[in-house]
Amino acid sequence: MSGDHHHEPSFIRKYVFSVDHKVIGVQYGITALSFLFLGFCLMMLMRWQLAYPGEKMPYIGNIFGEAAMPGGVMLPEFYNSLGAMHGTIMIFLGVVPLLVGAFGNYVMPLQIGAPDMAFPKLNMMSYWVYFVGGVVMITSFFVPGGAANSGWTSYPPLSDIATAGQTWWLFGMVCLITSSLLGSVNFIVTIIQLRVEGLTMFRLPFFVWAQLITSFLLLLAFPPLEAAGVLQLMDRLAGTSFFLPEGLVVSGVLQTQISGGGSPLLWQHLFWFLAHPEVYVLILPALGIVAEVIANNTRKPLWGYRAMIYSTIFLGFMSFIVWAHHMFMTGMGTKISAFFATTTMIISIPSVVILTALVISLYQGAIRFTVPMLFALAFLPMFAIGGLTGLPLGLPAADIHLHDTYYVIGHFHYVVAPGTIFAIFAGIYFWYPKVTGRMLNSTLGYIHFFFSFIFINIVFMPMFWQGMAGVSRRLYNQTVYAHGDAVQSLTVMSSWGAWMLGLAQIPFIINFFISRFAGKKVSNNPWHATTLEWLAPSPPPHGNFETVPVVYRGPYEYSVPGASEDFNPQHVTTEACSSVS
Amino acid sequence: MNRSRIIGIAAALLVGVCLIAPSIVLGQTEAPAVSGNAIDGDYGYGLPPMVSKDGQRVDDLIIIVHWFMSALFMGWAIFFVYCLMRFRARAGHKAAYDPIKAKVSKYSEIGVAAFEAFLLIGLSMPIWAATKSEPPPETEATHVRVVAEQFQWNFHYPGADGKFGKTAADLVDTVDNPLGLDPNDPAAEDDVYATELHLPVNKPVICDLTSKDVIHSFSLTVMRVKQDVIPGMRIPVWFTPVKEGRYEVACAQLCGNNHYSMRAEMVIEDDASFATWLEEVGIVEEFDEDELD
Repeated sequence: MSGDHHHEPSFIRKYVFSVDHKVIGVQYGITALSFLFLGFCLMMLMRWQLAYPGEKMPYIGNIFGEAAMPGGVMLPEFYNSLGAMHGTIMIFLGVVPLLVGAFGNYVMPLQIGAPDMAFPKLNMMSYWVYFVGGVVMITSFFVPGGAANSGWTSYPPLSDIATAGQTWWLFGMVCLITSSLLGSVNFIVTIIQLRVEGLTMFRLPFFVWAQLITSFLLLLAFPPLEAAGVLQLMDRLAGTSFFLPEGLVVSGVLQTQISGGGSPLLWQHLFWFLAHPEVYVLILPALGIVAEVIANNTRKPLWGYRAMIYSTIFLGFMSFIVWAHHMFMTGMGTKISAFFATTTMIISIPSVVILTALVISLYQGAIRFTVPMLFALAFLPMFAIGGLTGLPLGLPAADIHLHDTYYVIGHFHYVVAPGTIFAIFAGIYFWYPKVTGRMLNSTLGYIHFFFSFIFINIVFMPMFWQGMAGVSRRLYNQTVYAHGDAVQSLTVMSSWGAWMLGLAQIPFIINFFISRFAGKKVSNNPWHATTLEWLAPSPPPHGNFETVPVVYRGPYEYSVPGASEDFNPQHVTTEACSSVS
Repeated sequence: MNRSRIIGIAAALLVGVCLIAPSIVLGQTEAPAVSGNAIDGDYGYGLPPMVSKDGQRVDDLIIIVHWFMSALFMGWAIFFVYCLMRFRARAGHKAAYDPIKAKVSKYSEIGVAAFEAFLLIGLSMPIWAATKSEPPPETEATHVRVVAEQFQWNFHYPGADGKFGKTAADLVDTVDNPLGLDPNDPAAEDDVYATELHLPVNKPVICDLTSKDVIHSFSLTVMRVKQDVIPGMRIPVWFTPVKEGRYEVACAQLCGNNHYSMRAEMVIEDDASFATWLEEVGIVEEFDEDELD
């Protein structure tokens, strides 16, 4: 690679239709962060209606038009659109593209010493198909009837009879799934084939392992949803009835055009067969980021590195046989519910093992409280709360009361918001100097962290009490119920937490853009880390490494007795590590 | 850097408190009154009132699980905070390279797994079997058909003969025949239609759930009963109300624009009041039919 002479590509080939994994990673990162912010804005709008149902939204109430918010008051259909699109955008356009498309794309090839992904053009295609999916989703807000409003789960028959936005949603989903499929093939081949000499599977950073398992999940779980999406499109456009039974009477009108014979539950099975592994797509790369940051900032090897890898593989397998725990209330008998409840309890074990390993890794470390480390540390208790609250939901009998309540919302948001999104922030603060050659400002970083940590708990903690009280999710106005009215104060608290959380992101946004130009310049390895991405220049040039590295040891050789520094990089020979400099 | 961190924590805590206090106060201000009749029971931050025979078992399970979760989290959090303080980077402190050989994690993981197995096999499965697989004898139970539609609950009682009349989708008329009852079926003659769910106290109830249009979820929070209502399927649920009063029926599955307003009321009353009510509602129904002729 060092001998290759790359002629300077045109601006468009370099920054728009680039095949360089780093440029694609940054494209993914910027696009997905924008979507993450958009999804968050949708939620902040919903929180107004929830906290002050039926009241005119101040300042911005009039800009959404008469079809969505007549007189500045949100209509139920617009609320439902916001809910469905918040979920879709956050998961499929925000978090997954960030974890896999951005971090995976940028960091993974560097960590395995590769000059690029195995299939650079496939990589470019993956991004642009994702981009089209995103454009389709955004455009759907402007079609008659608004964006999809049947929830991110899109259960038929509701979604089959929904407004045109649902058709756009399905087209968008087909694009997004295709993009993930292209990406996953590329990741698997790259990790298997392009590791440098000496980098055996058990010398891979945990982050790479997490990406590998995630790619298998994407590869195996997404096709059923793609098929299901096409079937639902056919139901809507071609008059089929895969998900429609006969004899439906909608608004008093017998639906004679429906031939019937379909099953609404079939969709749920296909959907959750994807969407449960999807949960692990959302969490495994996050655990990968956290593991990297923790090893680096405790200055000691990860505790139980191999156990973590085996647990991750086991998680990957198990995640395919737990999906029906989302469907306990669909009329399931004792045997089937017992099966899925058992697999659900079993899958909690490897998660506990990974979390335990990460916490024990702190023991006897020398913990540096850098900004990425604070986010990574905060991830641990937040993920623990998210995981623990999954327990009553996984027990079918307890789920009777808690199913489809705010308890569920609190549970999965603790996993994904203060969990995964904190891991994403950890990753951004950690690898930003690699991508830009400059540090993010740590004072702004500390402010961002502390306020985010406080407010995100104010947003989600009250939801457990609301769920206990029996308040259903997806309610436009919970005060119509006595049990909802009684805990309305918690909704108000949650809403203020959300708006303040929005404000808490301002230091980050400023930091993110200003530091690109004004941040402190750094060397190749500002964190004194051991993995290969820190060998490459910051930012790495096209082709990544000046010379092809050779790997001599495992990924987390920190504080090795007898070494001259407290970190022994993977690419440095043992003699060079121990020689006193 | 250390001082700035402490200032950061203090400032963040201060802002957090400043925020929580007014939101709670604001939230306590008078919310719009619940529509319709007064609902019985004290509702607040904990579990809502519970008025069914088997509901206590669900509550007990929820409470036990939460004690278990709290204990795990506290133990874990203490270790976590201890590590953060004890092993912070400082002058003269070095990280240890060799992993600790503690067996604690292994035993605690085995303990967690064992307790989860107990929760599942010992507590959850028997409750599920009782509430989902072992219906009460039909002869002893009050039988109601619950027909869900966007955004209303319909209740169908079999009347004195104890038999539900035949229904058909093509006979449904939102005003005159919301259930789609077959007028030529003699069993349909004494059937009762209502939009309020009345049930006698201390007697098992079997509800047969069907939906006309989309998926709904029949949620009786105070009974600890919840069951999706799926078009094309007939799904029974059963429970035994044990306390008289007026309660709510909610839809717990997003069913369209006005999902939030898909609410009905449920009245648990003594046998005599239930019989009187059935008669009154039945008369109204017959009157409507006469008028039609």
